[in-house]
Amino acid sequence: MKHFLLLILLISATEVLSQDAEAILQKVDRNLSSENRIFESAMLIHGRRNDRTVTSRTYSVGNKKSFTEYLTPPREQGTKMLKLESQLWIYSPSTDRIIQISGHMLRQSVMGSDLSYVDMMDDRKLTDVYSAIYAGDEIFDDRKVHVLELTAKVTDAAYYKRKMWIDRERFVPLKEELYAKSGQLLKRTTLSEVKQIGGRWFPTKIVFKDMLKEGEGTEFRMSNIKFNQKIPDYIFSKAALKK
Amino acid sequence: MIAFKLAYRNLIGAGLRTWLNVTVLSFAYVVIIFHQGLIDGWHRQGLLDLKAWEVGGGHLWHPAYNRYDPITFQDSHRNIDDKLIKKFNEGQIAPVLVVQASAYPDGRLISVILKGIAPRQEIVSIPTRYLADNNAVNAVIGTRMAKLMKVKEGDNILIRWRDKNGVFDATEVHIIKIFKCDVPSVDNGQIWLSLENLQKMTGLVNEATYFILSESYNEGKTDEWKFIPPSYLTRELDEIIRSKRGGGMIMQGILLIIALLAIFDTQVLSIFRRQREIGTYIALGMTRPQVIGIFTVEGAAHSVFAALAGAVYGIPLFIYLAKYGISFGFGDMGLTLADTLYPYYSLELIFWTVLIVVLAATIVSYLPARRIAKMKPTEALKGKLQ
Repeated sequence: MKHFLLLILLISATEVLSQDAEAILQKVDRNLSSENRIFESAMLIHGRRNDRTVTSRTYSVGNKKSFTEYLTPPREQGTKMLKLESQLWIYSPSTDRIIQISGHMLRQSVMGSDLSYVDMMDDRKLTDVYSAIYAGDEIFDDRKVHVLELTAKVTDAAYYKRKMWIDRERFVPLKEELYAKSGQLLKRTTLSEVKQIGGRWFPTKIVFKDMLKEGEGTEFRMSNIKFNQKIPDYIFSKAALKK
Repeated sequence: MIAFKLAYRNLIGAGLRTWLNVTVLSFAYVVIIFHQGLIDGWHRQGLLDLKAWEVGGGHLWHPAYNRYDPITFQDSHRNIDDKLIKKFNEGQIAPVLVVQASAYPDGRLISVILKGIAPRQEIVSIPTRYLADNNAVNAVIGTRMAKLMKVKEGDNILIRWRDKNGVFDATEVHIIKIFKCDVPSVDNGQIWLSLENLQKMTGLVNEATYFILSESYNEGKTDEWKFIPPSYLTRELDEIIRSKRGGGMIMQGILLIIALLAIFDTQVLSIFRRQREIGTYIALGMTRPQVIGIFTVEGAAHSVFAALAGAVYGIPLFIYLAKYGISFGFGDMGLTLADTLYPYYSLELIFWTVLIVVLAATIVSYLPARRIAKMKPTEALKGKLQ
């Protein structure tokens, strides 16, 4: 009888923790997701010989549409990237051609960074893709954090498992680990310089590190972030790539 | 007959001049036969290697599969039906599943193609028997791939791929065997795993991208799979050989022209210096065409002597090369090309080479001899320039 009660208690506790984890994840989604956003970014790519910075301006609507124009360095200036649903096109001014990125090319890195096109495209809400389990509290980077373990509940999630360290006060992930189905750690992301923008907390610096590859990773800094703006529809068209 | 006797005597009498012409022309013979034999040998070896390592008796491809376009790999696989399973059990086909992946040897990222193949197949020479243990993820790779990844037998490498739903997965594979073959298309950028393992890893259970057919398979295409004949799979090598043959013909043509120019020059000189002899032949009752014939045969006889001279040093050389082969030390050029090439000299090659050279020598001997027809016998007897 005692064991039975203990079991009931344990199941209930797990249920409660699981509900808590889902609630935490929803709060994270509220901070990170928006109807639309416009931001400028600087991507610092650490190469073998030297480092380089690529700056760009991005317009995005939900997780379906996104348009990025690269501003510097001069070699990349004018390159534009358009994502509509699961399709991606790139315009290169040097060739004056639009090419569609598909298949294995989506797994290639973006401008030599630790981000693949797939990483850039898969930005669905976490609650839509993963179910979460609460794994405890920790201190990370002098902040109290919840640790959540996420497992894909849909079959087409790029990463089957994720582990997230979420700021307990601001509900923004400060660190994230992405795992393969086999449990192999594939990528690690650290998020910092969390700022309050338009009534939400948002990390403005993200460091991506491909854990299978040697190197220092890629630093991604966002600035001039604006949420829920009026973005004209023509921006998300192939015609806009050549403008 | 008199023309042949005179030609023989005159050529022997001309001494060094004749032997210089014969030597140059014999060199042309030997080089033409050697070069063509080398290319024929490469072609024969290449076709045998391709058949043994990759082509078999042809392939059955998924209709969407294009081996030159990795974008097609993602969607080109389908269930292996009972009829094909029966053929596989009879040893007539070997199923292969193709998946794109990334390998991370020592923290470097390399794009690779994972190929799952039935370990007990015996149609191609890839040492698939080493993959029989499905409890471990064992892999066999070629020497080129081993060099690229800087791995040796017994090493483990981490690979990452996406399953049928696009979910990333990664594991370490154990390099159980490194094989050496002269066919880069089964080696470059490829990691061979057991079919069952790759099917499990990707969730594509009982699916394949293509089948390698045995020589005895004769059912042609099926409704669901496209039959690819061996001629299609070897056409790359055929095209390279054709282009090499074309390039070689230019070089051989130049060499032949140099040798024929020497004969032409000798003929012009002979007719100029032997006008009295020509006049005497006509005075003795020979017709002009008969005299032209004597001079033409004399010039053409160079090519016959050259064939004999070429045979003296060419045959031992060709026999030696055919037995021990030639190693050019090219290294890996991305072509189906063995380290050591064994030239192949067919009777057809020798016959056509001799015929073409003799005909060409006859034509260049005849052209200057035509002047004889315009000569006046009286002037010729006096040795006057005409």
